[in-house]
Amino acid sequence: MAAHVNEVVLPGDILQELSDSEQYPKLRLGPGLRIDVDNVVVCKCGILRFREPSVFWVDTHQKRYVPVKGENILGIVISKAGDVFKVDIGSSEMATLSYLAFEGATKRNRPNVQIGDLIYGKLLVANKDMEPEIVCIDSTGRSSGLGVISGGFMFKCSLGLVRKIVSPDCQLMKLLGKHMPYETAVGLNGRIWIKAKTLSHTIAISNAVCCAEYMSKKQTEVMVKQIVSSQWT
Amino acid sequence: MCTMKKAAISNAEKDFILTCIKNRRRVDGRQAYDFRNAKISFGQDLGHCEVQLGDTRVLCQVSCEIIEPRQNRPTEGGLYFNVELSPMASPLFEPGRQSEFGIEIIRFLEKTVRDSRAIDTESLCIVAGEKVWEIRIDIHVLNHDGNIMDCVTMAAVTALSHFRRPDVSVVGEDVQVHSAADRDPVSLSVHHLPVSVTFAYFDEGKYLLVDPTEREECVMDGSMILSMNIHRELCTAHMSGDMLLVKDQIIRCTQTAIVKVSELTDLIKKALENDRKARASGNKCGFAETQRQQKVTYLKRDVTEVDVSDKVEIPEITLDETEDSKDQAESLVVLGKGTVQVGEGGHNTWLVDDVQGVKPVQQKRKKKKKHAAKKVKDAGSSEEEETVILVPDS
Repeated sequence: MAAHVNEVVLPGDILQELSDSEQYPKLRLGPGLRIDVDNVVVCKCGILRFREPSVFWVDTHQKRYVPVKGENILGIVISKAGDVFKVDIGSSEMATLSYLAFEGATKRNRPNVQIGDLIYGKLLVANKDMEPEIVCIDSTGRSSGLGVISGGFMFKCSLGLVRKIVSPDCQLMKLLGKHMPYETAVGLNGRIWIKAKTLSHTIAISNAVCCAEYMSKKQTEVMVKQIVSSQWT
Repeated sequence: MCTMKKAAISNAEKDFILTCIKNRRRVDGRQAYDFRNAKISFGQDLGHCEVQLGDTRVLCQVSCEIIEPRQNRPTEGGLYFNVELSPMASPLFEPGRQSEFGIEIIRFLEKTVRDSRAIDTESLCIVAGEKVWEIRIDIHVLNHDGNIMDCVTMAAVTALSHFRRPDVSVVGEDVQVHSAADRDPVSLSVHHLPVSVTFAYFDEGKYLLVDPTEREECVMDGSMILSMNIHRELCTAHMSGDMLLVKDQIIRCTQTAIVKVSELTDLIKKALENDRKARASGNKCGFAETQRQQKVTYLKRDVTEVDVSDKVEIPEITLDETEDSKDQAESLVVLGKGTVQVGEGGHNTWLVDDVQGVKPVQQKRKKKKKHAAKKVKDAGSSEEEETVILVPDS
């Protein structure tokens, strides 16, 4: 394993060990790293991460979303323009959403989408030269959980926190769910939607999630316990 | 002129925030009259400070320059405010020319700090009609999470009291500016510290919150900003949005503002005192010092105490006032374009109200305007009877 893993790296740092091709024949670079001539150069400040066999990326604190193809995101419908909706997904440009990209939608049978609705969708097109496009169906035409979301509450948080929450070793959501049942949709664009039974549950969950960004496993457990105990007293 | 982009807010958020407010709760667990945690830190330079109000952050730098005074005020120095709303603070801010919101902030600062004579501008005069100090206050909004106005005012006032200008001596025609090594820089003469408090109104003025967050600002009907000093002198009242307020509500807000202003003034004074002590004892000071201790997790959000129990703690907000105000709101009389009258006098709208059949309002009005009636039958239970008997006083 390379020397700088789990350490802070800064833009312009050259990772010498990764640059030697013998050690990692199939090197995979994630966000925050790029190849400049023969060197692997850091282009974001954050913590260098590594996963077997040879995947490297930089964990950063970031709030502005850059669309990535295939990611699930939460957006707000801003306008209807002909046969597409314009959806705000927090990126520099609005995403488009075709009215045919819903389960069971045909030219006759239009989906019921209003301005201001929340959309849980998947990015179909995301590259720097085109405006992003989202869909609410998978390749087989099923919604598979995507679509218009009603009720509940959505809040914004940093992209790092969202990634932490969706990672399989984060117990926070499960722990909270044991005590307060709730529905959730996590958008990788830094938006989380939550729908719990009562108002106070929703507020508690949203605050717990926001606070958990830099907490260790132990700390999250303690926090959840605190919330739950204050709940029943 | 470019305007600020409108924030995208979903119906779900809007509904949730409104129901929360109606249930006397706030999304971040605060009570209606609570401010978020405020934190003031100082840079290494004098007159350089950063104010955080929750996640809203503002950086302020004060500098000075010798200029020629204005013709009509030859013995007064100037205060110049500049506010930068960079796109880093929020995607809503666009680069380029000053937005309407930016101008609103600058104007508000001018009203609050300059026009309330918080700074003695006469003492900034060096040679009358020729040379005066111009104090320049540059404010950068680093992060926008609502209530920029209060944060900016706090930053400006703190930085101005922190600032020291170089000493000058005038010998005949010659003006000599002394360096800091030569003579100790002198502080500005600050008469009082105006601090502002923002009130956000929801549901036609029925509910009221202090220190709204960015999301709450998206939902609110309008806001009123009161700036005051510790002596309970009102410096500015600034209203925006489309809503009507009743006199009682404004007076009630000033009562709340008095409490909040004294808390914030204490905070500012304490921060200034701490910094003065640190500088006097030769300790290291400045942003670098505060940053180093907090490591990577500098941006970590402070844990907020959230009351998750289902018992509803009703803070003393507008509950009784709302019923009251509702009644009064219905007695608003439009006298002409942009003019509205509340309460007695003016045109009578009895007949209009009777059609709507609002009984409790009617009864109340009956008491108020007894003098307007020529004679009142005691057992006037039906609405129609009343309208026949009573005659408008105009």
